[in-house]
Amino acid sequence: MSFYSPVRTNAAEVAKSDRLHLFKYVEDPQQANIDTFVAHGGYVAWRKALTSMKPDEVREEVKNAGLRGRGGAGFPTGIKWGFIPQASTKPRYLVCNADESEPGTCKDRVIMERDPHAMLEGMAVASFAIGCHLMFVYIRGEFGHCIDVVNRAVEEGYAQGYFGKNIFDTGYDLDVIVHSGGGAYICGEETALLNSLEGHKGMSRIRPPFPAVEGLYACPTIVNNVESLASVPHIINRGSDWYKSLGTEKSCGSKIFSLSGHVKQPGNYEVELGYNLKDFIYSPEYGGGILGDKKLKGVIPGGSSTPFLKPEDIDVGLDYESLTTVGSMLGSGAVIVFHEDTCIVWTIMKLIHFYRHESCGKCTPCREGTGWLERMITAIEHGRGRPGDVEKIESVCENIMGRTICPLGDAAVMPIQSAIKNWRDEWQYHIDHGKCQVKTNTEFV
Amino acid sequence: MMLSEQSIARMKEVVTKYPSRKSAVLPALTIAYRQIGHLDDDIYNEISEAIEIPAVEVAEAATFYTMFPKQPRGKYLIQVCHNISCALLGADGLITYLEQKLGIVKGETTPDNLFTLISVECLGSCATAPMMQINNDYYENLTRESVDRILKELTEQAQAEDEA
Repeated sequence: MSFYSPVRTNAAEVAKSDRLHLFKYVEDPQQANIDTFVAHGGYVAWRKALTSMKPDEVREEVKNAGLRGRGGAGFPTGIKWGFIPQASTKPRYLVCNADESEPGTCKDRVIMERDPHAMLEGMAVASFAIGCHLMFVYIRGEFGHCIDVVNRAVEEGYAQGYFGKNIFDTGYDLDVIVHSGGGAYICGEETALLNSLEGHKGMSRIRPPFPAVEGLYACPTIVNNVESLASVPHIINRGSDWYKSLGTEKSCGSKIFSLSGHVKQPGNYEVELGYNLKDFIYSPEYGGGILGDKKLKGVIPGGSSTPFLKPEDIDVGLDYESLTTVGSMLGSGAVIVFHEDTCIVWTIMKLIHFYRHESCGKCTPCREGTGWLERMITAIEHGRGRPGDVEKIESVCENIMGRTICPLGDAAVMPIQSAIKNWRDEWQYHIDHGKCQVKTNTEFV
Repeated sequence: MMLSEQSIARMKEVVTKYPSRKSAVLPALTIAYRQIGHLDDDIYNEISEAIEIPAVEVAEAATFYTMFPKQPRGKYLIQVCHNISCALLGADGLITYLEQKLGIVKGETTPDNLFTLISVECLGSCATAPMMQINNDYYENLTRESVDRILKELTEQAQAEDEA
């Protein structure tokens, strides 16, 4: 049996480490089977939580561990769980956000394909912590293989009594629904995801009310990312003090970073938060350096929605706080590397095409603004730029930023603003000369 | 009727899983798309009857998402990711290569109705770029050599199915 995806991981290093944990078994082709998962210590946390802990103790443990959302926003998971109004008599729901679609990000897919029970166990523990008896996995529709693997894992879980009625003879019932999306980036935004799950168009909702108060079917709902949930059983098993000892003081734990673009060894690598970005790109264990030993031009550290870093800024920790100090964000942990032979206008054209396509159309600044931006940027890339275009682009960006219901508008704008700030001369060259200063190599060999 | 009895039965079963009937819209669209390969107004009506949700609500959802196209596609739908991580490693060149190999331009279907070529947004395979999805399957770390092999295998597979 071989893996579906040939993606490179650092599982061997993780297996030897007492600190890294998420990727320990992802190179074991049998790990997706429940018996192997259980033999590797799986579902122990679920049993422990359900048979020996109270829901508020589970919430407290995860809160103390300092686990923060791994989908992009970085909100503390345990605190989010605490927002469920305890007095509410409505059903409560847990939704696992497996709509991974932020360009550069391919980590949740590996967890689902190779270690699906890790996610399901985390979901079960989270459900118990919030008093939920029906949990959902919302998987992006294109991940057909993941959907099959997760469905099989759910069936196994039911057959062995980890889900269903009266789990571990405690009287606790928990059902699982695997729901596949329809191909829309916006559904990774939690309120759009909930609309989509309800059968509507995937458009964001105005908050408040926040999903924890009024989410799915207007009931209290928690939406957590796959990786966040897969981290939860480790916290329950080894305790919040252990988890808190990993990473930095404010960015606790480890995280999977997807490394892509112009590096010698792209892959998914689990490292402790705070790991140095420059080392991550150049060290032989991870990126192995720049493709063709070319010079580095820039790095997007947290998925396509986060601002670019220039080479002089990459001697920085991969954690929530450090990346903010150099003007970017940790986001989803998708590190995209660009070498010297990359045209910045071409790069931004690719990105704005994406955001224009994925804008749901609800808020005018995003719906219209991304279209204007795409047309202007494409014109510049194709040698039809006019004097003043860069300033016009900046003005449109300013009028989108902070003026939309969900963060898609901001996400579209942030890489553009940083690309202009960092490489303004290249934009100007494009307009003045009608062509790229550096031509991107798009050859396929 | 375009929907098979089996598809309708599966849709009716899916409806019962959810707390709200309307949640079955996307699953029902997926079932219909997988059976037929495209959707249209008549199929929206059939889904509407099967899951007892107004046809306009089925259409509303179907037209919002990219995975429920109205136009028929070839036996194999090739979707090349053209987003940034893949583009940095030759996705544009891959699209051109496929256009040449198949003798069509992006958006078209080969005359034998075997291959449709489109390019799409990020498919979450960024560390194994460039890549393409053909129907349900991902093909990653592509090279000219592997693309040649994949197209040959699929063509042979289709011929074998025709003869069987």
